[in-house]
Parts: sequence; C-alpha cells; structure tokens
Amino acid sequence: MARVVILGGGVSGHTAATFAAKWLGNGHEVVVVTPNAKWNWIPSNIWVGVGQMKKEEVTFDLAPVYKKAGITYKQAKAVSLNPEGSETETKPFVTIEYTGQSKTGETEDVTYDYVINATGPKLNFGATPGLGEGSQLGDHTVSVCTADHAEHANHKLLESIEKMKKGERQKFLVGTGHGMCTCQGAAFEYIFNIEHELKKAGVRDMADIKWISNESFLGDFGMGGLHMKVGGYVVSSKIFSESLYAERGVDWMIGAHVSKVEAGSIDYELLDGTTGKENFDFAMLIPPFAGVGLKAYGKDGSDITDTVFAPNGFMKVDAKYDAGAYENWKASDWPRTYQNPTYNNMFACGIAFAPPHIISKPMSSPNGTPINPTPPRTGMPSGIIGKAVAHSVCDLITKGESAHLHEASMAEMGAACVASAGKGLTTGTAAAMTVYPVVPDFEKYPGTGRDTDYTFGEIGLAGHWIKHVLHHLFIYKAKLKPGWTLIPE
Amino acid sequence: MAVKQEELNFSRNEQSETTMLPGSFAKAMRTNVIWQFIRFVVINLKMLVVVSKSH
Ligand SMILES: Cc1cc2nc3c(=O)[nH]c(=O)nc-3n(C[C@H](O)[C@H](O)[C@H](O)COP(=O)(O)OP(=O)(O)OC[C@H]3O[C@@H](n4cnc5c(N)ncnc54)[C@H](O)[C@@H]3O)c2cc1C
Repeated sequence: MARVVILGGGVSGHTAATFAAKWLGNGHEVVVVTPNAKWNWIPSNIWVGVGQMKKEEVTFDLAPVYKKAGITYKQAKAVSLNPEGSETETKPFVTIEYTGQSKTGETEDVTYDYVINATGPKLNFGATPGLGEGSQLGDHTVSVCTADHAEHANHKLLESIEKMKKGERQKFLVGTGHGMCTCQGAAFEYIFNIEHELKKAGVRDMADIKWISNESFLGDFGMGGLHMKVGGYVVSSKIFSESLYAERGVDWMIGAHVSKVEAGSIDYELLDGTTGKENFDFAMLIPPFAGVGLKAYGKDGSDITDTVFAPNGFMKVDAKYDAGAYENWKASDWPRTYQNPTYNNMFACGIAFAPPHIISKPMSSPNGTPINPTPPRTGMPSGIIGKAVAHSVCDLITKGESAHLHEASMAEMGAACVASAGKGLTTGTAAAMTVYPVVPDFEKYPGTGRDTDYTFGEIGLAGHWIKHVLHHLFIYKAKLKPGWTLIPE
Repeated sequence: MAVKQEELNFSRNEQSETTMLPGSFAKAMRTNVIWQFIRFVVINLKMLVVVSKSH
C-alpha cells in the first residue's frame, strides 16, 4: 500500500487530493496536510471585500469532505521535507506541526511514497516596510487575499462610505504593494467593485480612486499583456484596460514599486527613477508572493533546501531555470510534469512550483530596483496542474515507476478570468477574458504570442452571470457533490 | 444640452485622453438581457473550447 501526501488543501492541492483518492481507491492512502480547517473559493473573496457575500458563503469545512472521500486529513502545516529519510527513518518523510484537531503545536513525521507540494504562496507583506510583518497584514492597509482579510476590508470600506456620507472626501488606492507582485487581476477586480459600490451608495462623487501597480503598462497582468479579440478587433489589453479605467473615472499610476507604507500614505519609486508619496484614506495593496518557507534535509541532517527549492522558496520542477536573458526565453522553458529534478517522488503544483522566469519583460528603475510583475498562476492552471500531477502519481503507483507522466504546460494551457463588479443579476457588469495560452508562444504565434481565436475580452452582464455560475459550480465541485468530476477545472 | 458622459471622461486628464470609450449603444448592449443571454451562451462555449484545449 502506497501513501501519497499532499501539502496544502487550496485550489491545486484539493484538486490533486480528491482526484488521487478517487483514482487510487481503498488500496492506497491519500493524506492532506493543510493548516486551514476550511476550504476557500478565493476568487469570491472580492465580493466579501465589498460586503456582497459573507465569509461563510465562500468557505466550507474540509473535514467532512475528506471523510467522505476517504482522505486522511491532518490540520497542520508542513515544516520540512526529508526526501532521503533520516538516520533513524529509512523512508522519506515530511515533518508537520499541527494547527488544530486538538493537537496544536505538536509535531509529527509523516512518511510518504509520493509527496505533492501545493502549499501556494506565502503572503509576503513583510517585504514592504509598513505593509505588514512576515505573512501578517499590517495596520495601514487592507487585503482581500483571505476571506478574513476580505471581511476586514469591507469594514474599512463601510467606514469610508460613512465618512463620505457626512461630507468627507476619501481617497482610495488599490493595486500592488511591491515592485515584484503578481495577482494584479484580483486588485483590478476589487477596484471596480469598490467603484460600483460607491456609486450604489450615492457617494461616488466624494471619492478619488487610483490604481497603483508594478505593471509597465496598464493591462500587463503579469502575462506581458495580451492581444485579444474585442468587438471584432484584435486589441492590446492596454487599450482594453485604459478604456475601462477612463470610463469609470479611475486614475492610474504604473511601473510603481511601493517602498514604504505609513498611516495614510505610501512612498513609491517609478520605473523612470522618480520617487514620491501618495496619500490615501483606504488602501488595498496586494503583497508579493514567496514560497511558504519549507526546509529540506538530507539523510545526515544536512540542509539541502537549495537543492529542492529556488531562492524565492518555490519548489524546483522540470523547468528550464537557466534560460538566460529575456531574448532567449521560450514557451518550452515552462515545466510540463512538475516533477522535482532531484527526487522523482516529489511534485509541485499551483503557485508552489518555481517558474523558470517571469513572463512580462523584466524592468528595473535606474536605481536598480526591479519593478515587474511576477507570473500569475491563477485558479484554472492551478487546478489543471493539480489534476495532471495527481494522475502521474496514481499511474506511478498503479503501473510502476516507468509509467508515462501526464503533462500540463502553461504554454499550452488557457485561463479564464472574469472580473465582475456588483452582485445583482441585472445590475452587475463584468469584464470576461480568456487567454490561450497563458505563457505566450512566439514561435507558434509570432505577432501576439497567443491564439487570438481563443483570447478574447468582453464587457457586460454575460460575464457577470458566468462569475455567478463559476462561484456555485466550483464550490459544488470542491464539496464532491454528485457529478463533481464532470465539472472542468 | 446635456454633456455626453464620454466628453467628461475624455477630458478628465491626459491619461484618459488617448483611450477609447463606449458610446451609448455599446453601453446599452452590455445590459441588454436578450443580447447578453446570447453572449452568455457564446462565451461559455468559447471558454469550454479553451478548457478542452488545456487538458
Ligand atoms: C483575491 C483573489 C482573487 C482571485 N481571483 C481569481 C479569479 O477570479 N480567477 C482565477 O483563476 N484565480 C483567481 N485568483 C488566484 C487563485 O486564487 C490562485 O491561483 C489559486 O488559489 C492558487 O491555488 P494554490 O492551490 O496554488 O494555492 P492556494 O489556493 O493558496 O492554496 C494553498 C494551500 O496551502 C496551504 N498551506 C500554506 N502553507 C502550508 C504549509 N506549510 N503546509 C501545508 N499547507 C500549507 C494554505 O493554507 C492553502 O490551503 C485570485 C486570488 C486572489 C488572492
């Protein structure tokens, strides 16, 4: 009987665990190690952040779902990996520290035959002085990265709305809190939700709303921008985004690295080297992401973290990490199987894998400060990769070590993104976008890097309805309700 | 005569001056339930193709 241990029960890990349990059946054991008691459909946190949904509507308890699926659930965080075992344990193992199940603080070594690292990002607030400490959000800004953060953001938003109703102007600053952030899409969706809510509350004219981001142009989204079909034209996402901002009266500051956050103001440095201060009454700034800081040890206890993980803390997989300068980057640099090159029984999926390089053009200020988005790994790719990795591991267990590994390259995979403002079925509106492939392939598509038949954008109620459908569909699927396997990632 | 919304938006600042803005017809179509239902079906089908190409 083999044991597969999955670290992280988020979008990618939950997908990997539930499919592995289904495909392996009772003959083998699937273990999930994750510090959270609840699963969170993160994209809907945006609606929690503007009070349109409650935290309970975007989360559910993991324990009953794992019980139903026959998965061993350990509410704990992984601390380190011993891929060769130790002097006292012949099998590889992961050391975990409990965060619940009445064992908080206790540690345990969990042996494995295969391990899948799906630990997602560390929300690295501490990278910007004043934005927070380590992975803890600070006091001056809000975040929508977790359901709790989003609830707190909504309280702050309501306070601002109250002030505006009393005649006090408010300045809203939304975007990225560091020069090396990703996840611009989430901030993009949040700023338009705020704008929509302020209109609804009748205080839009009392608000100044500004976007701040590390993108070198509006609409980069960490993907180097995209050319998409809009109304019969193939249009750059720059024009598409600028149009959205201008239409809603939202100003923007781009190519910005936030270097310090204080109560009511941020310090920034721009790509042209200029520095300045921007005041705010309400700020939602996404933190940069890093790996969660897992360590790795050899059999003799030596520290082999550098062998297993990249310097940013993400796990090394079958990517081309020595691609060199931007001019040499190719779609084929991106990983296909997500197997660790040193230890064949280790895989990473979702945000936890180390990308070969960024996607956008690397940029820095004349002072040498890097200011460019890091690559997004959104929900759809995270789910697809989680499923492919689970498939590979199941085949390795059931067919033997020479089994063919399943592939899911982000250079051959699309992503759908729906940024929706408002929640009412006829009053909301959304920008629905799909991109194919996520990582541009300029050998196949020399002009845009993408297939413009499948890279498109559209604004309207239709996208808004899709967002509603996705919310219910993905929570239904994650709860393993009847027919869940038929719902695509 | 009331000033059109796009006149106000284009003139807000230099950033907004060079972009494109939807006129009243484009905006009306965004919330026209019949048209949007058709778009809902079309976008869903297109997304399904993207999903199937990705697996
Ligand atoms: C506000 C917001 C809105 C978004 N909107 C969209 C959207 O509209 N569409 C879209 O496609 N994507 C969206 N995304 C991105 C999407 O949420 C991510 O791509 C996806 O969650 C990544 O999946 P993951 O499994 O890699 O990481 P996560 O979902 O973050 O899961 C990681 C899991 O690992 C656990 N973990 C952490 N440390 C440890 C440890 N030491 N040991 C064990 N477990 C650990 C965490 O608790 C978590 O459960 C959004 C993201 C945000 C923040």
